[in-house]
Amino acid sequence: MSAREEILGRVRSALAATDPSEAPVPRGYRSVVPAGDVVELFAERLVDYRAELTRCTADTLPAALADALGTAESVLVPDGFPWEVPGGVPDTGQSAAELDRLDAVVTLAALAIATTGTIVLDHGRGQGRRVVSLVPDRHVCVLRTDQIVPGVPQAVAALSPDRPQTWISGPSATSDIELNRVEGVHGPRTLHVLLVSS
Amino acid sequence: MSATFVGMPAFPAAAREALSDTQLRRNLAHATGTIRAKRAAVVGEVDEWEELRLAGAAIKDNTLRHLDEHLLRLEESLTDRGATVHWARDAAEACEIVASIAKQHAVDEVVKVKSMATQEIGLNEALAAQGITAWETDLAELIVQLGDDLPSHILVPAIHRNRAEIREIFRDKMAAAGRPAPDDLSDRPAELAGAARLHLREKFLRARMAVSGANFAVAETGTLVVVESEGNGRMCLTLPEVVVSVVGIEKIVPTWSDLDVFLQLLPRSSTGERMNPYTSTWSGATEGQEAHVVLLDNGRTRALADEVGRQALRCIRCSACLNVCPVYERTGGHAYGSVYPGPIGAILNPLLRGTGVDDQVDSLPYASSLCGACFEACPVRIDIPEVLVHLRSKVVDAHRSAPKAEAVAMKSASWVLADSKRLGLAERGLGLAGRLLGRFGRKVMPGGRRALGRLPWPGSLWSNARDVPAPPVESFRAWWRREGRR
Ligand code: SF4
Repeated sequence: MSAREEILGRVRSALAATDPSEAPVPRGYRSVVPAGDVVELFAERLVDYRAELTRCTADTLPAALADALGTAESVLVPDGFPWEVPGGVPDTGQSAAELDRLDAVVTLAALAIATTGTIVLDHGRGQGRRVVSLVPDRHVCVLRTDQIVPGVPQAVAALSPDRPQTWISGPSATSDIELNRVEGVHGPRTLHVLLVSS
Repeated sequence: MSATFVGMPAFPAAAREALSDTQLRRNLAHATGTIRAKRAAVVGEVDEWEELRLAGAAIKDNTLRHLDEHLLRLEESLTDRGATVHWARDAAEACEIVASIAKQHAVDEVVKVKSMATQEIGLNEALAAQGITAWETDLAELIVQLGDDLPSHILVPAIHRNRAEIREIFRDKMAAAGRPAPDDLSDRPAELAGAARLHLREKFLRARMAVSGANFAVAETGTLVVVESEGNGRMCLTLPEVVVSVVGIEKIVPTWSDLDVFLQLLPRSSTGERMNPYTSTWSGATEGQEAHVVLLDNGRTRALADEVGRQALRCIRCSACLNVCPVYERTGGHAYGSVYPGPIGAILNPLLRGTGVDDQVDSLPYASSLCGACFEACPVRIDIPEVLVHLRSKVVDAHRSAPKAEAVAMKSASWVLADSKRLGLAERGLGLAGRLLGRFGRKVMPGGRRALGRLPWPGSLWSNARDVPAPPVESFRAWWRREGRR
């Protein structure tokens, strides 16, 4: 008998005496929204994760972008990223080793979550392949305030599983050495979010 | 890398050794205390926490009740999205599948995302036997692997090591595994992490195959979810051409939207954060990668057949139960002799492997004070104390033919208790002993009652790990005769 048939058979016999009716799942949590302004909450929680945050408007964005990129000389710019980037290098499918030699990356995001300070990339236009927001050491992400949803349930509801996703909450971090938090073990050591009022 | 849990002594012996290691106890007390406080703070922020726990438990229970249907659905959606699905009855079969995929691609090394399932099946050792090196890329797992050591916690496997020990391991062992540690490496955590970053980046950039587990597998959409902190998971899941994920069959959730419960419960219970730094989700083959999923039984169907114990399959491996457990806090993870330590290990190991087969496994349901803290902490409301008691009775049943000291003691107790005259006599004896022993009792227990020191054998089996209260100087029945009738 194949492993598949055998495992399914074992599952069925393990459940033979079990009442198949299902328990109701309480879903009240889906309508819970945080008190106060979600934009402020997002900003507070994002910074709490030691990410950097700059608030700007559509007009001040180019300056904020240049500022956030600081001394970076080479910046990966994914297809569909709508602004001019100083030192911008288009995504031509660079290998990880090539990306490793770039200083920074700029991306858009699919949405952000206020209660957790999380940005979510579904790697659509302007967000780049999964690897581009991972290998360069500085990630600058441009987000509009109207992309912020209150909590995890609203984010899950708005996202499609058909696209791969990367949920990012602050820079890469480890607490494996005596529980001291250290940023940037493998991912970018700096996450800078530019929050554009809309 | 030869460290293995196989042949570990039963819990009481291993625990006694761990208790005498003061460094270990200090590291553990610091770690569990810190994580406990962080967890309590972020759980306290969520008003609907209890409802989320109920929802998490209900979703998992409902899934387990129809696990065959969900498995078939998962297989179909994964296959539709270009992944190859494999089924593995046990550890050996799972390891063989991973090894054969590596051979098809002619790779002799793989990078690994930290995963309990691959540790459970001993994948690294099995691959090594076939000439394939598996590199752990989680910082803690790297420390454990380079140190030829064993993990001691589900979430922070190297928590028993302090920074000086980690520095020594890096300086002594990194060179043999690739890029050496810098000569002037200090024991500052940031420098240690920096050394690991450079050492591992070399491996990520050249790796052609990665092995992961999955925190969740969505039946409806074939989506796998990996939750992590460091970015090593993202490295493994995005850089190599081939990704093989070993997924326990209990990891299934029915629909994508069910993740809205677990992505709230897991990070807060686990690292005590509102959200972990990175979560990756992907459905089947993505961005040109070849995707394989190995659906693993390895005892899960045995656990499923146990109607009381089945609830352990709800476990999302958050490790909250470890951090609140007074026994774990003192003995550490190694004493449990398994990759699953702490309260969940005490029930999961006997459920996966069966009772009455291995003395080490049989000792685990006793590795608990039944205080109930684990149930309170568990985000999917696994009643661990209930399962412990149930498993103790199974262990006792399995050993009935050869009675153990405790069983003999219980038998004589029932002989005494069965007859009121015998009980009265026994109590008078105890009262006398109580007056004598109480006077010499060396310890005072909480509440001021005197405790006895070590009892002679066979009582020592009991008293070595516990404070035994001195018997009362007067029995209740004697007191009642004297006072109660007034
Ligand atoms: S038993 Fe509960 S608390 Fe323990 S690891 Fe599993 S889910 Fe977490």
